[in-house]
Amino acid sequence: MTVRPGSGRGAKVDRSQLPAPGPTRPFPFPAIEKSTLPNGLRVWTVHHTQVPLVAFTLLIRRGASSDPAGLEGLAAVTADMLDEGSGERSAIEMHEALARVGAQFDTDIGSDATVASVTVLSRFARRALELLSDIVVRPAIREHDFSRVRQLRLHRLTQLRDMPGAVADRAFLRLVYGAHPYGHSPIGSEASLAAMDVDAARGFHARSMRPGVSTLIAVGDCDHAAIVQLASDAFGDWTGTSDGEPGDGGPLPHSARLNVVPRPKAPQSELRIGQVSVARDTPDYHPLVVANTILGGQFVSRINLNLREDKGLTYGARTAFEFRRRSGPFVLQVSVQTSGTAKAIEESLGEIAGIRGTRPVTPAELELGIAALTRGYARSFETGEQIGRGALQLALYDLPDDYFEQFVPRIERVTADDVSRVMARHLDPARLVTLVVGDLDVIGQNLTELGLGEPVVLPPDAF
Amino acid sequence: MNIPFTKHTLENGLDVLLHEDHACPIVAVNLWYHVGSKNETPGHTGFAHLFEHLMFEGSQHHDHGFFQPLQGAGATLNGSTNADRTNYWEVVPTGALELALWMESDRMGYLLPALTDAKFTNQRDVVLNERRQNYENRPYGLAPMALLAALFPPDHPYHWTTIGDVADLQAVTLDEVRAFFRRYYHPANASIALAGDIDPDRALALVDQYFGEIAAGERVDAIHVAASLPRDVRIHFEDRVELPRLYLAWHTPAMFAEGDADLDLATDLLANGKTSRLYRRLVFDERLATDVSASQNSREMMGYAQITATAAPGHTLDELERAIFEEIARLAAEGPTDEEIDRGRVQAEAQFMFRLQTVGGFGGKSDQLNAYNVFLKDPAYFRKDLERYQVCTKASLQAVVTRYLDPARRVTLSIVPHGRVSLAARDSTAAVVS
Repeated sequence: MTVRPGSGRGAKVDRSQLPAPGPTRPFPFPAIEKSTLPNGLRVWTVHHTQVPLVAFTLLIRRGASSDPAGLEGLAAVTADMLDEGSGERSAIEMHEALARVGAQFDTDIGSDATVASVTVLSRFARRALELLSDIVVRPAIREHDFSRVRQLRLHRLTQLRDMPGAVADRAFLRLVYGAHPYGHSPIGSEASLAAMDVDAARGFHARSMRPGVSTLIAVGDCDHAAIVQLASDAFGDWTGTSDGEPGDGGPLPHSARLNVVPRPKAPQSELRIGQVSVARDTPDYHPLVVANTILGGQFVSRINLNLREDKGLTYGARTAFEFRRRSGPFVLQVSVQTSGTAKAIEESLGEIAGIRGTRPVTPAELELGIAALTRGYARSFETGEQIGRGALQLALYDLPDDYFEQFVPRIERVTADDVSRVMARHLDPARLVTLVVGDLDVIGQNLTELGLGEPVVLPPDAF
Repeated sequence: MNIPFTKHTLENGLDVLLHEDHACPIVAVNLWYHVGSKNETPGHTGFAHLFEHLMFEGSQHHDHGFFQPLQGAGATLNGSTNADRTNYWEVVPTGALELALWMESDRMGYLLPALTDAKFTNQRDVVLNERRQNYENRPYGLAPMALLAALFPPDHPYHWTTIGDVADLQAVTLDEVRAFFRRYYHPANASIALAGDIDPDRALALVDQYFGEIAAGERVDAIHVAASLPRDVRIHFEDRVELPRLYLAWHTPAMFAEGDADLDLATDLLANGKTSRLYRRLVFDERLATDVSASQNSREMMGYAQITATAAPGHTLDELERAIFEEIARLAAEGPTDEEIDRGRVQAEAQFMFRLQTVGGFGGKSDQLNAYNVFLKDPAYFRKDLERYQVCTKASLQAVVTRYLDPARRVTLSIVPHGRVSLAARDSTAAVVS
């Protein structure tokens, strides 16, 4: 059909000002129904019927921070072994079984958790849960599969040496955390992978991946009682209790303020600037989220507008508080053209100092930051997988049932003073560590002139 | 399984697609311009993508950043450019639909008065940094440059990557930007889809109100340039990598053309995931490779299939090449098993269902409606698209593998560590890439 002139067109468009956004209808946040099986496994369900799919997420609250000292990477290897076969089923047969129901399967490992997820057409829900339980509860963890998986991870480590972002992430964690359980990336190191055997993986599975620290979350066109029954059938014989959470590994290191991993002839420098900051359970969580949004959490953040839109030094810059069960890192990350390295560091440190108080957020910045976080909040609950991820946050960090309902009003209560206060409290310029992966021959002189002390040069294979 | 919609065409030629979904109080606004890097010419590459960046720098009646008002309204937004099209999208709370339409229509109708040399220079620097970050400073990052250059002759529109050549980006002038905008950025070369919490009548009236006043531009004719590979083109280059990697590429049918879906399934069962034949042989059983993947890269004029594998230490690219062609020959001779066909069908069904979950963003329902409308003039194609996969047979897969994955006509690219040219697959010559 063709619209005839005048059919929809009223007065000429008023382009003298932007139309103010109208009201948005209230959105009921997904309700989570909760049960606990006799073995301690929590079963949570959310009814979500948009499409005939069910998204299962199994959270195990043990991750890379539970790696024993010297065996860094064990949690990740063990997670990798979960889908490598069960009972008589080989690794390939396990994946054939998943493929036969069109399942989308994934495992993910973080510092505090291991997550296995599977999304399927609703009619395959029972089958998917059976497979998920074979994977998580009854993995075969065979010697010859272990040797292959470990070898692939060693090859991966070899390749990561050429990826500046990966080198920067690993070096940064080590610099700010040292021997702390958060001080290594989940993949571990050549030495630690070489030191582990299949029994270590079996032991990790036996000690850490237990029902009492786990939550099964189902989101989809499904009924709570039915899912509890299915979960009971599939996971009922999962037994044992998990080790406690790991210790803290002693005091944090005092690293130099400026560090460089040389990457000769690199066209860009990969930067990380940050420190160990704050845990997820901080009462300052909501003000910190607003503060980070303004500093480096969105396109129109101070850091991105400065380094990208004003100076053109980068494709993008961002900051994040990586909230975890214990104090997580704050990190600014950006990849800048080599010639702009020192300038980008200077500007970044300036922006952090600014938001701590020398250049407090303006009313307009605060309004924009709060609106960006709250007005579109509903879109975080569109798909089953998104809702599953939201529920997972509640389970991992022990957040209250009304967390989603409270998010918007709590964000809206944040003031400019709150922003300065929490940033001054949780970011300390004297402790900020700057790491550069870049062409030292070209940038060395400029770095020295930053006033952060002589840069400490780290060998590329130091991590 | 489908995406219900209504289609309207404004007087100025703008296609409008409307899809209601009231599950979430959000609306996806998705705008496609039928222009991509294939509309560039040699010496002027990277232009369509650089232009996309300029679309976020303000227009006549809102000469500030594009992001700020929309983020302030709770929107998320982005844009992207590929060889065939450029898309822009916002996902906004229901009450901010009019704002998004105001903003999109202002940059469609009134971009040039706000375009300055300073904005242009700044975004060119940003794009050069995007190129450094995603291609030059990334292991194997220049592979697409080498592959496309070998697959298509220098004057073919698919010869270059969307990010473009550095020298070309540095040579662009503001006048070229203006001419490009006038040629391609107008209602008759665009399609807008709204999906989500809308009232269709009011949504159409708003689109007409904001976009109806923009003058129709000159129609853009489709480009069709043929290309063929006469032989096995064998090239290599050295890169800052630890392990040598082999890339094989062939010309294949265009997006949605006959054989496209079969090749999609064939490349999946060859090398997508742990159940695939090449993963099983190269990574799992023989441990010759650390990874292997394959894809049918469908494009508007023609496609190309690609298989990529990285040699495990101690193994050579020649070994990988041999094993890969043995598996291709076996698939061509014996065809897929019934089990593989069944798996392919249920996976297609699930994948299509997954695609119905979101209204906006890259790949959401609004983006899919526009893809079908722009490339096929048939936004109702979702169901037919799924059917393409469901009617594939053992014989049809055998036929495409035999016809298209031809060992005698392909590109064979080796990327090897600096100073280790001997690790390249046999008989290859050095390619110049940057």
